Amino acid sequence: MGSIENSLHQIGVLDRLAAQDTALHRLDPRAKLLATLGFIVAVVSFGRYEISGLLPLTLYPMALVAAGNLPANWLLRKLAIASPFAIMVGLFNPLLDTAPLVHIGGLGISGGWISFTSILLRFALTVSAALALIGTTGFNTVCMALGRLGAPRVFVVQLLFLYRYLFVLAEEGLRMVRARNLRSFSGRGRGITVYGSMLGQLLLRTMDRAQRIHQAMLCRGFDGQIRVAQPLKPGLADAAFALGWLGFFALARSINLAQLLGRIATGALG
Amino acid sequence: MHMADALISPAVGGVMWAATAGIMVHCSRTLRDGFDSLQVPLMGVLAAFVFAAQMINFTIPATGSSGHLGGGLILAVLLGPHAAFLAIASVLTVQALFFADGGLLALGCNIFNLGVFPCFIAYPFIYRKIVGDSPTRGRIVAGSIVAAVAGLQLGAFGVVMETVASGISELPFSTFVLLMQPIHLAIGIVEGLVTAAVVGFVASARPEVLALAEGGKAPSGLSLTKVLAGLAVAAVLTGGMLSWFASAYPDGLEWSMAGVSGKEELEAPEHGIHESLASLQERTAFLPDYGFKAPEHEAEAAGQAEAEPAWPAVEAGTSVSGLVGGGLTLLLAGMLGMLLKRRAKSA
Amino acid sequence: MSHHIVEVRDLQYAYPDGTRALSGISFRIHHGESVALVGANGAGKSTLLQHLNGCLAPAAGEVRIGDCPLSPGTLAEVRRTVGMVFQDPDDQLFMPTVEDDVAFGPLNLGLPPLEVAKRVCAALDTVGCAHLATRPPYRLSGGEKRAVAIATVLAMSPSILVLDEPSSNLDPRARRQFINLLRSFTHTKIIATHDLDMVLDLCERTIVLHSGTVLADGPTLDIFTDDALLEQGRLERPLSMQGALDRAHVHEHRHGDGTAHKHLHAHGQDGAPIHDHGPHDHEHPDHEHGPHGHEH
Repeated sequence: MGSIENSLHQIGVLDRLAAQDTALHRLDPRAKLLATLGFIVAVVSFGRYEISGLLPLTLYPMALVAAGNLPANWLLRKLAIASPFAIMVGLFNPLLDTAPLVHIGGLGISGGWISFTSILLRFALTVSAALALIGTTGFNTVCMALGRLGAPRVFVVQLLFLYRYLFVLAEEGLRMVRARNLRSFSGRGRGITVYGSMLGQLLLRTMDRAQRIHQAMLCRGFDGQIRVAQPLKPGLADAAFALGWLGFFALARSINLAQLLGRIATGALG
Repeated sequence: MHMADALISPAVGGVMWAATAGIMVHCSRTLRDGFDSLQVPLMGVLAAFVFAAQMINFTIPATGSSGHLGGGLILAVLLGPHAAFLAIASVLTVQALFFADGGLLALGCNIFNLGVFPCFIAYPFIYRKIVGDSPTRGRIVAGSIVAAVAGLQLGAFGVVMETVASGISELPFSTFVLLMQPIHLAIGIVEGLVTAAVVGFVASARPEVLALAEGGKAPSGLSLTKVLAGLAVAAVLTGGMLSWFASAYPDGLEWSMAGVSGKEELEAPEHGIHESLASLQERTAFLPDYGFKAPEHEAEAAGQAEAEPAWPAVEAGTSVSGLVGGGLTLLLAGMLGMLLKRRAKSA
Repeated sequence: MSHHIVEVRDLQYAYPDGTRALSGISFRIHHGESVALVGANGAGKSTLLQHLNGCLAPAAGEVRIGDCPLSPGTLAEVRRTVGMVFQDPDDQLFMPTVEDDVAFGPLNLGLPPLEVAKRVCAALDTVGCAHLATRPPYRLSGGEKRAVAIATVLAMSPSILVLDEPSSNLDPRARRQFINLLRSFTHTKIIATHDLDMVLDLCERTIVLHSGTVLADGPTLDIFTDDALLEQGRLERPLSMQGALDRAHVHEHRHGDGTAHKHLHAHGQDGAPIHDHGPHDHEHPDHEHGPHGHEH
């Protein structure tokens, strides 16, 4: 997962992006969540050799990035960082599936390369959609949306608390790591026993913190039930967003829009 | 390793999400009923602890590489299975959303692989059985290592099955298994050692913390039969539905069939399981109604460009073989359960 | 107004491992008083504070808030009346946004949403953090966190504020704003702190704890000029009373109307008077000084 600072920084970046104020950010989070889930299912449901059918779907993440004021090169960098696993597994395809499937000119391209490309496309699409969702909605709001959509309350509260305190705990961890690094030389002092007691200390402090938070909650009348104040009211725009995009995904799934466009273009020309 | 959206099919994703969601609802209900208000902040903060702990590395001697904590087992030790499952689920959700570790559809698979196996199998049936009521140093180490290894092996196997069943990747079952299981054996040992180190530290520094977690967290209502029943249902659903939706092109399972029946020396860590699986593959390969191979080869030979696969392929034959496969998996799960029970009894 | 009285009678408490934390603490605090609780680390300040709203239960002795003795039945009511601000604001701000945190208490009290919204606004306005309402707590500065933590407690309309080390980790500006904020509150205030200069500014009464017992309980200035007492309690004079303000002493001024007040008075090296300190700002007419123009 990279260094602690790096991870904290990444979360911080997404958090800040989510705090912007665009029309997209103001949409009901449930609409965005449902649209994104529909998008992922649509992408993933294509056959393994599909490339051109997937291309029209790139419209969704691109639209989100544009309307949500998300930096494009940040997104591309995140895609690059997250890609190794998909690439590693996907590379087996061209190695194993060598029968040519497409002929361009005189060159035969094996099915393996086509499915590999398809894998990369799926990866790019699904990951950008997920990132765009958080970047335009914010983690806390997404959790609220999950709760409204029926996710169990205990789990939603769990997500919220995790997010709230992971910054605090990651910083504590960071301080410990720095302290360790300052006192360990030529690789000594970084073994598993030290690690065990570092984690053990962190764990005990964490348990103490949990007790204190619990006290604070009790002092403000907590009885076990987390109550939420603002109700989210969906509007016409939200419904239009969700239904519009879901409709588009269904269309793109049933008709290969890229080919259609291609045929129209070549038909118009020829 | 996590499943990725890029390698998953909607059927596999959907089924695993259904299973995971069901378990999450069950855990939420269980926690709500036996409610201790301390759990609300404790679960969240411990999940944050695991998140932070995963970012701290240590060097593994003699290899020079670094390892870190996975967290499922230690959460189960500290919180009990139900709370730990939700905690791990929350960590994986944050990882999926912020670091693209696995995708949103694959999240169901990942929560299942990394949550169910450590929390509902490894912890109650291995760790608790070994450590019992006397958390001595030796027992903690032994329990942690065996539980962690078992949990991770099952989890890794889950990834393999899900990837292969999705049919997007061409990676054959045998190769994938050979890659995943040994790697995760090593990871499991490391995880076990780390868990033991942390639990041991806490046990000596502040034993009441462990007592707090374990008091009343005995896996009641978590009988082996219930767990197996749940897994069996998931297996049958998966087997039946997957073959219904399977792509018209040979999926990885078929690729490995040819390979497996030819190979002789597949050294898998869990010998018994591997043998059953090999037989599973052979049987489904020879079922006459498993009607994928013939049309597929014709299409390829004709060299058609971008033949769009007939999706979903609804054929009575394929679902029959799917159900047979599901039944065999049930048998498999039963064997696994018996294996574990036997091991637990002798512990 | 009896419900604003805080009374502790012969409070005893021991930690789970057996060490005695509090051995017979007694005091009585009246409505509107600002009382500081000072003492060395380990003297029992935090432990004592936690008894005041039921976070801890005494082994012996009694705590009374208003006319209610503290007991499991009266706990809910006491927690409405006694608002506690913790040492680490991160422990107190656990909701996704500032306004969620401030709304937490009122929502738990069962108040209707409209009323909750009003209280949230009022509380945030009082501490000057209305602009932070939608901010998540991990993006607040130390001073902002402290202020919001107070707001979370204010939203429950307590009559008594209990604060544990409230000025620690604040930069000078934030600290000054914080002190001014507290000064504007008319609630009864009980403040456990090491910041003796803040005590000078805020609290007219001080209780010194030492090893679980009350070493002294009286007017702040009396205590801070009693060097022997401070030594025994492992304390020293507030920084502003040390050094150049050596030999600072207490003056009692009698007013024409029969009342009197005390304040701190000192000379710099050149003999010129240095500004007075007192828990309540008020105007002095400039008075005459000769080098020995007043009683010591």
